[in-house]
Amino acid sequence: MPIISKGFRGRPGGRDPELPPGQYRTTDFPVLSTGPSPHVDPDRWSLTLVTEAGETSTWDRQALLALPQERPTVDIHCVTKWSKFGTSWRGVSLDTLLDGVSTAASFVKVASYGGYTTNLPLEDLRGGRAWVVHEFDGRPLTPEHGGPVRLLVPHLYFWKSAKWVRELQLLTQDEPGFWETNGYHDYGDPWREQRYQGD
Amino acid sequence: MSTAIPWRVATVVGTRDETPTARTLVLDVPGWPGHLAGQHLDVRLTADDGYSTQRSYSVASAGVPLELMVQRVEDGEVSPYLTGSLEPGDRFELRGPVGRWFVWRPRDTAPVLLVAGGSGVVPLRAVLQARRTAGSTVPVHLVCSVRSPADAVYADELAEPGEGVDVAWVHTRSAPPDDPRPAGRIARADLDVPGFSPADEPLCLVCGPTGFVETVADHLVALGHPAAAIRTERFGPTG
Repeated sequence: MPIISKGFRGRPGGRDPELPPGQYRTTDFPVLSTGPSPHVDPDRWSLTLVTEAGETSTWDRQALLALPQERPTVDIHCVTKWSKFGTSWRGVSLDTLLDGVSTAASFVKVASYGGYTTNLPLEDLRGGRAWVVHEFDGRPLTPEHGGPVRLLVPHLYFWKSAKWVRELQLLTQDEPGFWETNGYHDYGDPWREQRYQGD
Repeated sequence: MSTAIPWRVATVVGTRDETPTARTLVLDVPGWPGHLAGQHLDVRLTADDGYSTQRSYSVASAGVPLELMVQRVEDGEVSPYLTGSLEPGDRFELRGPVGRWFVWRPRDTAPVLLVAGGSGVVPLRAVLQARRTAGSTVPVHLVCSVRSPADAVYADELAEPGEGVDVAWVHTRSAPPDDPRPAGRIARADLDVPGFSPADEPLCLVCGPTGFVETVADHLVALGHPAAAIRTERFGPTG
């Protein structure tokens, strides 16, 4: 039974049904990172997909730009409580990258330049729900926001949308990533408020 | 599956104004499991119609009673409440501690370079307290960047930080007349400190607003510190 905070009313905007529980809306774009932002030369960036059988596909910037581009406009939710509505990005759907890849894997471990990792069920990267993006708000993605290329999986807390993405490893068994081994939830659904282990 | 971190009831036992816009809350939290310096917690406020919202705050103290420092955001939803009408005896909910990355552990033996922008000093103050409580003798150098002397928080206690701890102030807009360092944004030279060079293998903890953290982390990398030794936390006012 929650206790009532005497005299606290909240804001009308706080009751927005588009806000997941416990979140508040910001128009700012805060940055969360664990260390220095890697400055990756866009011309030397590449993304490698590795299947559980060890087969690899690699895209450099030109190869990524040659694929069909999408412009998702989505709400994003950070586990530190802020949500930002209507963010617009440009990039390639994971459906496109995974098209033709033969795999029986159920999980993905995402690795970034700089050493960051995170894990997701492979299913969450399919169905028009995940992208690798290289533009935010019509401009090239800056290093502090994950440029040159980051993952975008807006239906999960934003730490799953790995910045500076470098590798997608398909796995038959789940392997927790950086925050997932540091107390945060394995899946991270904002609508079920899965912030920390045990939520 | 581990069990969820439970919500606990915090009772305000004291308040202290740090600056015209920042207030410390001293809290009694029965059942608090303890925390590491640098960790944070979640505060949940609930209105009488059942509406609730949450914010994260770094813990400002190394032990109990817990201290939080809240920076007031004028059009904010939570911070005006926490820095305004709240008084001793009032209660709200919190849960934690959270985060096992931006932390200092008493068993750590490396020198520690702490860099704070504005209210980012909060979790770093907990590091100084934890070091003192543990009787640790690791050398610490704290760089505090503030706009002007009036914006400094914890200035009195940082004036006497204890043996083995140096505190250097960076004033970005106006420096005191006797300060040999002219006012200006933090520069690489402010972070090039004897005893805390890459060869000394310090742990670097950087906390402050986004732009500040990005600038400082880039300077530290340029000075030769390995990225893995630089841990960052964004700390800005939250509504």
